[in-house]
Amino acid sequence: MSASILPGRLEALGFEAGGRRLIDGLTLAFEAGPRTVILGPNGAGKSLTLRLAHGLLAPSAGRVVWRTAGAGRRQALVFQRPVMLRRSAAANVDYALALRRVTGAERVRRRDKVLERTGLAELARRPARVLSTGEQQRLALARAWAIEPEVLFLDEPTASLDPAATRAVEAIVNAIHEAGTKIVMTTHDLGQARRLADEIVFLHRGRLVEHAAAETFFDAPASAEARAFLEGDLLW
Amino acid sequence: MDDFAGAFSAAFRLIATLDPGLAEIVGLSLRVSLVAVGLAALVGLPLGAALALLRFPGRRALTVAMNALMGMPPVVVGLIVYLLLSRAGPLGVLGLLFTPTAMIAAQFLLVVPIVAALARQVAEDLWAEYEEQLRSLGCAPGRAIPTLLWDGRFSLITAVLAGFGRASAEVGAVMIVGGNIDHVTRVMTTAIALETARGDLALALGLGVILMVLSLVINGAAFVLGETARAGAR
Amino acid sequence: MTLRIYCLAVAAILALTQPQGGQAAERYITVASTTSTEASGLFRHLLPEFTKQSGIEVRVVAVGTGQALKLARSCDADVLFVHHKPSEERFVAEGFGVARHDVMYNDFVVVGPEADPAGIRGEADVAKALTAVAAAKAPFASRGDDSGTHKKERSLWTAAAIDVAAASGTWYRETGAGMGATLNTAAAMGAYALADRGTWLAFRNKAGMAVLSEGDRRLFNPYGVILVSEAKCPYTKSAPGQAFVDWLIAPAGQQAIAAFKLGGQQLFFPNAAAGGSRSRFISPLEGATPLA
Repeated sequence: MSASILPGRLEALGFEAGGRRLIDGLTLAFEAGPRTVILGPNGAGKSLTLRLAHGLLAPSAGRVVWRTAGAGRRQALVFQRPVMLRRSAAANVDYALALRRVTGAERVRRRDKVLERTGLAELARRPARVLSTGEQQRLALARAWAIEPEVLFLDEPTASLDPAATRAVEAIVNAIHEAGTKIVMTTHDLGQARRLADEIVFLHRGRLVEHAAAETFFDAPASAEARAFLEGDLLW
Repeated sequence: MDDFAGAFSAAFRLIATLDPGLAEIVGLSLRVSLVAVGLAALVGLPLGAALALLRFPGRRALTVAMNALMGMPPVVVGLIVYLLLSRAGPLGVLGLLFTPTAMIAAQFLLVVPIVAALARQVAEDLWAEYEEQLRSLGCAPGRAIPTLLWDGRFSLITAVLAGFGRASAEVGAVMIVGGNIDHVTRVMTTAIALETARGDLALALGLGVILMVLSLVINGAAFVLGETARAGAR
Repeated sequence: MTLRIYCLAVAAILALTQPQGGQAAERYITVASTTSTEASGLFRHLLPEFTKQSGIEVRVVAVGTGQALKLARSCDADVLFVHHKPSEERFVAEGFGVARHDVMYNDFVVVGPEADPAGIRGEADVAKALTAVAAAKAPFASRGDDSGTHKKERSLWTAAAIDVAAASGTWYRETGAGMGATLNTAAAMGAYALADRGTWLAFRNKAGMAVLSEGDRRLFNPYGVILVSEAKCPYTKSAPGQAFVDWLIAPAGQQAIAAFKLGGQQLFFPNAAAGGSRSRFISPLEGATPLA
């Protein structure tokens, strides 16, 4: 295995669209290890931050720096709404592996492993688009896991799921983390943040307000915005 | 009008007696159109997907040209192919004028724009859904072309059928480049034109009925096939 | 992998374009001819006999005489079989054709609605008949396609001293189509038209139309056959082409032409033996229908 892409740094990142500054002067580091949860009210720029960090969007100011080049290929992103290719569950995983030039027996081994670990082994032959939303999200996680990323971004992965499916997804996220992958996830579910986060990045109106260990953030938030957010006040 | 009644009895008689002349004409029609559409699909589908995915200079112009070419009169296409394949033309040495190959070439040119334009639409819609996911997986736009064509396969069947409809129904182009030679380049549509010229309207219409039935059978088969496959692999 | 599948598909489809089994189709000639010969069914009667005797397949591209001449000038035909003698002679004179041979003749007829609004029924002088049509401003459907029949028709209007160009779009209507299509149009709008007798007799959609004027010497309709010159068109299949020309003007071909009948009526009259000149025009119907 080549040198790690971590840590990754967002340096004075800015992003504009339609003349509006959506991300403004965001500086942040992703260190190997802790599960990072990005919190913030709607419109805080959580999803944009993930996309900028993953390279799906180009920043209009500042830059994203990973420790080694070609970092994008060693990351994966799971979207709020799973995008399923119109083929079987197994073929969806195979497709991701084929793009990473994983072939033959190794491809089969990895695919079977991730389907097994996400509880989808029985559904492998099913067309992905007839699976339930929860199953689809688990398949999206399996697909991401198969390519064994160093960093896994998750954009509100349980926003459209029921509690049972949410629990399953959280368990898988933890399993991926335990296997050595850095987790960077957004959520607007405080309970989920408490359950999963090792550290919290709190954004408000495109700016970084707090970056702290989870315990510190929840017990003694430093900023007025974070306090209001934790107390359930509406922020804008 | 008794021509209508005559048409159906003529069509029925031709089919019931397994008229060998008819079988020959139908066989050639199918061969020419299926080959032309098959080749047009192999060129038009990737071309359409490329127009949807790739950003290159002249892409807009090419898209507009494709859409415009969809409405190109078959006679004009026939004329262009004729001028190319004529012994006096640049490809005259091939000696392809008045052969089924020339007809395939003309129908190919007629069908490519349709298939490409419809494929572009299908690919564009799919790309809107897939783009972020595929880019995240590290899929370059060029590599995404086969992905989108495969995932859009059920919609694309319709595009290819539209192409087949245009190919099998047109008469202007094959008349010019094929010459409507008996036993060599006579297909359904040119046979209909000939019977009309001979004033045998009932027989002409009868052939038209058979052409329509053929088209119905092919479209129906494709529909059923598509539905079955779709049910199995959405 | 995707690429390999793609290449296989291309190869499979291209394989289909090749005709199954390259049969005896190698020995064939292309004849550019007129719609009148094709639509009347003459070729269906004639060609199998020639092919049986010679082993040469004849592929007929039936278009208007004007277009047939153009095809031959672009070297897209080996033999020209048309019916406009002045154009044919020019074709030979310009070196495109080896030689012109008389093959057969029939005649043109003026057809029109049974009701005959211009009153030309039985008029043996075609110029007078056309003058009457023009005077009555009765609709007249013209081929308008530079075919042999169209060229003949224009020369007849000239003979009648009538400027149809001025009347185009009013009672004089140019269909720009083949003989059959023009007859269909004429039948539908009750118009007069000039037709060659072969097409007329084979035509099935006569719908209340009849032959109204015939028998004028100027309605003579001779067909000529010409082998395209190898000097101008190196691809010309001279040997089999010449064989076809020779057969047509030999007794075997001439008898085959005479034997072609439709509804008991002979459509074309062989005249190759006459030595290429028309010493005497005999109306095909002479003696059969007394002219008024």
